[in-house]
Amino acid sequence: MSERAPRVPRESGRFNPREVLAAAKEAAVAALVALGLFVLLIGVRTDQGPTGALVIRTRFGALAAIVAAVFVGRLVLALARHDARLSIGRLAPAALRAALSGLGIYAAAAFLAFALIVPIVFYTDRYLLDLAILIVTYTMLGFGLNIVVGLAGLLDLGYVAFYAVGAYSYALIAQHFGLSFWICLPLAGILAAFAGLILGFPVLRLRGDYLAIVTLGFGEIIRLILLNWQDLTGGPNGISEIARPSFFGLPFNSTAHGFAATFGLTYSPTHRIVFLYYIILALALITNWVTLRLRRLPIGRAWEALREDEIACRALGINTTTTKLTAFAMGAMFGGFAGAFFATRQGFISPESFTFGESALVLTIVVLGGRGSQLGVAVAATVMLGGFEFFREFEQYRMLVFGAAMVAIVIYRPRGLVATRTPSVSLGARTDIPAAIAGGARTETPA
Amino acid sequence: MSGTGEALLTLRGVKTYYGNVIALKGVDVDVNEGEIVALIGANGAGKSTLMMTVFGDPRAQEGEIRFAGRDITALPTHEIAKLRIAQSPEGRRIFSRMTVMENLQIGATVGDAADFESDLERVFALFPRLRDRRNQRGGTLSGGEQQMLAIGRALMSRPRLMLLDEPSLGLAPLLVQQIFAAIRALNERDKLTVFLVEQNAYHALKLAHRGYVMVNGEITLAGSGRELLQRPEIRAAYLEGGAS
Repeated sequence: MSERAPRVPRESGRFNPREVLAAAKEAAVAALVALGLFVLLIGVRTDQGPTGALVIRTRFGALAAIVAAVFVGRLVLALARHDARLSIGRLAPAALRAALSGLGIYAAAAFLAFALIVPIVFYTDRYLLDLAILIVTYTMLGFGLNIVVGLAGLLDLGYVAFYAVGAYSYALIAQHFGLSFWICLPLAGILAAFAGLILGFPVLRLRGDYLAIVTLGFGEIIRLILLNWQDLTGGPNGISEIARPSFFGLPFNSTAHGFAATFGLTYSPTHRIVFLYYIILALALITNWVTLRLRRLPIGRAWEALREDEIACRALGINTTTTKLTAFAMGAMFGGFAGAFFATRQGFISPESFTFGESALVLTIVVLGGRGSQLGVAVAATVMLGGFEFFREFEQYRMLVFGAAMVAIVIYRPRGLVATRTPSVSLGARTDIPAAIAGGARTETPA
Repeated sequence: MSGTGEALLTLRGVKTYYGNVIALKGVDVDVNEGEIVALIGANGAGKSTLMMTVFGDPRAQEGEIRFAGRDITALPTHEIAKLRIAQSPEGRRIFSRMTVMENLQIGATVGDAADFESDLERVFALFPRLRDRRNQRGGTLSGGEQQMLAIGRALMSRPRLMLLDEPSLGLAPLLVQQIFAAIRALNERDKLTVFLVEQNAYHALKLAHRGYVMVNGEITLAGSGRELLQRPEIRAAYLEGGAS
């Protein structure tokens, strides 16, 4: 993409002929590329002829329309780039950024307040409640992964492994030892943290691409183990009838000892859904709170420093081995909590729920939200999963819209939706670090 | 003028390799308590390698490195830092997305938490610019300010020995003088021992009590700073064209 040089707004909206010519040239090239791309995709089509044989039908009209649309679109874009007043697309994100950094704290508060009243507002809408639980679950996973990717800068493509370890830990412990959700939850977290350490040791010396590949493999290994260790995990059949959480020992059922009967309410299956929603919301908030606290502690600062420069960290006396391992373990632990919750909510788990697609989704949420930004992760999870559901009716176009949204984000918000990084410590006035700087590499040194 | 004479850092026959390529061919260097020692040499002579070898990254494969009487040759890098050896590394390596304050806090990792405020004051007194810019992101500082931050960050651990790699690199002459004045002040007032790697031979030798000249991974000359400045071969190799 072109440089974001400060553009001087011009007084008149007229274009000089040279700019128009250059823009037309650019548009012509784009149209040519479109022609090459679509000539077979759209221009030619095979149909079944009257005799049953395939016949080729040409659709040059549609092809011409597409190419013309590309030409005009590119022309408008190119001209807009030359005139500040027309570049709405570029001005809007700047305005949005200013609004977000100014209103960040209010936005977060409003977001939280809304999250708290969701079950009350949508009490009758089971579908929306389920969606809300899903969104918060992924928000929590995003928070957990944010520790590893956003703070410590370790690209982890196998995060779903810890989610799986948490889910299976809970399911197996609950089934074999009959322990309740509240006892199993910390155990699942601890076991997932151990899994994080197991992953952490071999990848200590790896960076960037290599680290990504090994973590990707780790995620697959865990899934394959779950799939093939039939005696323990049930293999592809998974584990069913996983114990549901109880409200301080009161089960959510229609019996006389159930939650509803004890409080004199009419039994409704929605009670459990609402309860589940608040559990995951509480878990997500705890994750958020812990992350924010950790960032202010030496270990959190060490994570961030590690992301910036490992050699400098070592030279300053930071033990990079333990720092990396704690990041992996901490991120994994929260993944494990979320996994345990997933198991108790679904009541059934199988390796199918823990594919690479899940890792990719969580990573997308973290990257789109802005690595290191908590609010950004929550917003991204809502937009992504909400968007998926919203476009479910337009199944055919879902991926198209999703892809377009991705491209738009890459162009307009390359550092993620909320790309400001609040310093963990400041004397005097607190200032956010603008996106352009916060995400940038160590490059610019204005003399 | 010279230090108290007690040896603080000694290198004996240190050899370092990058793969099969030998970078240091058996180096002997002494840095005594209270001294400023300069190591000068051309690009690629192995000066920065020597500095990093003291920190065990890359590790010396032969020879011995002792600090305050203790053998640190095989010690992990972060453990070496805990012995209060601080470093302002080549290229400064400040944490560019973190603020000046955060950089300084990380510098204090091995320091005593109780000393933090006074150490911070010492750094801000030495480099008042850092106080003004304390909430600014490291990467937005100018080159000179980044150098100040790198030195300040190293000072936050209350070091006994400070290793400085090319503190004058890429700085305007006026800033070079400021940085060197700060180093002299640290040495004279706080009795900080400084081991300095420099290409700017004139400034470095003028500042240093003693100096070493490195060529192709070997120490070829050693002597007092004044002595080395007078040597015709030094003048020819490093000070040709007159010094600034």
